[in-house]
Amino acid sequence: MYSIISTEELVPRVRVYRISAPRIAKKAAAGQFVILRVDDNGERIPLTIADWDVVEGSVSVVFMEVGTTTTKLSRLKAGDTISDIVGPLGNATEIDNFGTVCLMAGGFATATIMPIARAMKAAGNRVITIVGARNKDLLFWRERLSAVSDELIITTDDGSAGRKGVVTEPIKEMLERGERIDRVIAIGPSIMMKFSALTTKPFGIKTIVSMNPIMIDGTGMCGCCRVSVAGQTRFACVDGPEFDAHAIDWDNFMARQRSYIEEEKRSLEICRCPSG
Amino acid sequence: MAKAKIDLNRVAMPKQEAGARRQNFSEVATGYTAEDAKREASRCIECKARNCVAGCPVAIDIPEFISAVKTGDFTAADEIIKRTNALPGICGRVCPQESQCEAVCTLAKKKAPVAIGRLERFVADWEPGYRLKGSTGAKAPKSCKKVAVIGSGPSGLTCAAELARLGHSVTIFESLHVAGGVLMYGIPEFRLPKTIVQTEINFVRSLGVEIVLNAVAGKTFTIDELFKDGFQAVFLGTGAGLPLFLNIENENAPGVYSANEFLSRVNLMKAYHFPEFDTPLKVGKEVAVVGGGNVAMDAARSAVRLGARVTVVYRRGREEMPARLEEVENAEEEGINFLFLTNPISFQVNDQKWVSGMTCQKMSLGDPDASGRRRPVPVGGSEFTLPCDMAIVALGTRPNPLIARSAPGLAFASAGTVIADESTGLTRKAGVWAGGDIVTGSATVISAMGAGKAAARDIDRYLASL
Ligand SMILES: Cc1cc2nc3c(=O)[nH]c(=O)nc-3n(C[C@H](O)[C@H](O)[C@H](O)COP(=O)(O)OP(=O)(O)OC[C@H]3O[C@@H](n4cnc5c(N)ncnc54)[C@H](O)[C@@H]3O)c2cc1C
Ligand SMILES: Cc1cc2nc3c(=O)[nH]c(=O)nc-3n(C[C@H](O)[C@H](O)[C@H](O)COP(=O)(O)OP(=O)(O)OC[C@H]3O[C@@H](n4cnc5c(N)ncnc54)[C@H](O)[C@@H]3O)c2cc1C
Ligand code: SF4
Ligand code: FES
Repeated sequence: MYSIISTEELVPRVRVYRISAPRIAKKAAAGQFVILRVDDNGERIPLTIADWDVVEGSVSVVFMEVGTTTTKLSRLKAGDTISDIVGPLGNATEIDNFGTVCLMAGGFATATIMPIARAMKAAGNRVITIVGARNKDLLFWRERLSAVSDELIITTDDGSAGRKGVVTEPIKEMLERGERIDRVIAIGPSIMMKFSALTTKPFGIKTIVSMNPIMIDGTGMCGCCRVSVAGQTRFACVDGPEFDAHAIDWDNFMARQRSYIEEEKRSLEICRCPSG
Repeated sequence: MAKAKIDLNRVAMPKQEAGARRQNFSEVATGYTAEDAKREASRCIECKARNCVAGCPVAIDIPEFISAVKTGDFTAADEIIKRTNALPGICGRVCPQESQCEAVCTLAKKKAPVAIGRLERFVADWEPGYRLKGSTGAKAPKSCKKVAVIGSGPSGLTCAAELARLGHSVTIFESLHVAGGVLMYGIPEFRLPKTIVQTEINFVRSLGVEIVLNAVAGKTFTIDELFKDGFQAVFLGTGAGLPLFLNIENENAPGVYSANEFLSRVNLMKAYHFPEFDTPLKVGKEVAVVGGGNVAMDAARSAVRLGARVTVVYRRGREEMPARLEEVENAEEEGINFLFLTNPISFQVNDQKWVSGMTCQKMSLGDPDASGRRRPVPVGGSEFTLPCDMAIVALGTRPNPLIARSAPGLAFASAGTVIADESTGLTRKAGVWAGGDIVTGSATVISAMGAGKAAARDIDRYLASL
């Protein structure tokens, strides 16, 4: 059993939880994830490590309430426990002094980009962070991000904060006007990562995405997390989760992610039902 | 002694009838009654040659335990088995006895070997409550030496049990949320009930072994860190979980599963109880299973129980199938269709990109290859498409790369397996032993146990020398 130290709602349906997990905290690095199981009947779901504290022995995860497991998780309070948490899994983000690094985040990924921004900054990069959301009420951690970014650009679909539009527009303009960017890391919904890849491709800029396929074990046992990269089958849990965005078969990836849509709906209805 | 007439009729194993068992995940073979067991045991002639013991990879005192069963002293029988085998309920169910102890039983010459496996299973199932309180033989005095075992499959459990009995303090580190390895996530409930596995794991715990779950070697900790933490020896029993694929068109389409994914959803995550359990599973109406081993049989038979019509596609003939014969027969009885000498060459998808068919090619058997089996050769112009809405690929596995990336000093073979001494399990890294599927590639429960045991003995010698 692993206890939840604190919970906080960042914006509606997005929460950050600090969970006691000393062994994981000791090893965590930017870009890695954990797999947790809320209770004994629970599914194993992966969540990126958004922060960690070796002294306290905790890791933080930021999650969006989308289905059964994240709904169950969101009902828990500080002091409650979850059955299992394992990690840190996956490879750490490649951190180096690349020059100028552009980090792009969509939705809850604002949190997952944080440790990467911090590490990139510490490695001496000029860090440009672009965060996209549907509207201003869904934005969080703006101060935290700007503290580790040389430039923070906000985009919202409705223009209620920052500039109106999607995350790919600012980077497209920068590239078109010849600004030098040495590396791009895009994390968010698949569709946003796919379009980020399409935007940087003509400019030949190395672009890394963090893939979020459905997973079970996270140790290379089930083969569920496979991703086609440059025509080869790779396992996101042990070979990733980060891959070269330009080499991914996005259509196949998105079709795989949709594998259980109907079951997820059914399961969520039962989960939301008060008697259940 | 007057020569008694040998009874050549093995007592049949009671089984659920095929029509009924297709509808449930309960165990197919229901097990001997006490009367059945005594009757079968009385067939053993307790021969001096003890061929059966020599045929058992962990050398159970077979004639002794059978003799105890004959007299109805099941408690004594259990103690005799437990001296050498901590997991008899598992072995009695899944070991290929027909090619081990029973193959060399003196009565095998008369085509009627004693049903050693069934007797072992009977004894293990006898009064499970007894097991935890029961004596476990004289325990050696505490040695104050610490050993880490990585992986809680049969090799790790056996190695840990053996070392604990020798007086060492043993901690098992397991990456999943339950212990047992393939016994929990791979082999289905209808062949190996999970309560049996957990009872036997609790027996291992009762010997003083600590099990730490959710701990991934190479991620949560490294092998060198274990030494820093005071462990004096490490046994690696992390198995070979990484599934192999055909590398053909559309193989990553949704609906194409690796056997490990399908079986873990079903066994480990209890997806057949969805939505009471949260993990979902899609089961097609027409399922194609590729492969001919135990894993393919388990996947096919699980799919049948989930309501599918199943076709197993195997590139050689029935005789060449590596699966246990008993399980092939069970599969046939359960209505699974087999296409032999057939090999997939691509998958088709529908407009949702979901798998919709598997194009195959007929094969013929050519000259024997390195494995001694006749090599399948494609027959020109024989392509045809098998319609399916789900496919399960069961081609075998190799070790996952986590250990390799985290343990400098270990040496690996080209298949990703750890290089270790055959008789002791000692690897090229000081203080580290390995055994089971991580050394051999996919093999058997009992060979993994044998390797765990051999390593334990060598580790014990090493610890004594420190
Ligand atoms: C390496 C990795 C890191 C991740 N990090 C985070 C994170 O930091 N925060 C976070 O909120 N989520 C993260 N995810 C996604 C998260 O695992 C899923 O949202 C979660 O499994 C949903 O579980 P559920 O039971 O609540 O919903 P489900 O019932 O499983 O799904 C509900 C809905 O969410 C969609 N969905 C399911 N799985 C995913 C997925 N893997 N990616 C995108 N959409 C999905 C489904 O299509 C469905 O519409 C990560 C995934 C991976 C593989
Ligand atoms: C579906 C199926 C059916 C089978 N049927 C039979 C049968 O009928 N008869 C038979 O004899 N054999 C059968 N086998 C083969 C048999 O199960 C294996 O040979 C045996 O389990 C190997 O044991 P092991 O201890 O080497 O590894 P495993 O059982 O694979 O256990 C390895 C354990 O290590 C853990 N692990 C992996 N990596 C790490 C890490 N980095 N850190 C910590 N822990 C880790 C895994 O989670 C797992 O629990 C079958 C196999 C399968 C898949
Ligand atoms: S070889 Fe067969 S008959 Fe002889 S002791 Fe062993 S089980 Fe009994
Ligand atoms: S999650 Fe199972 S292999 Fe990656």
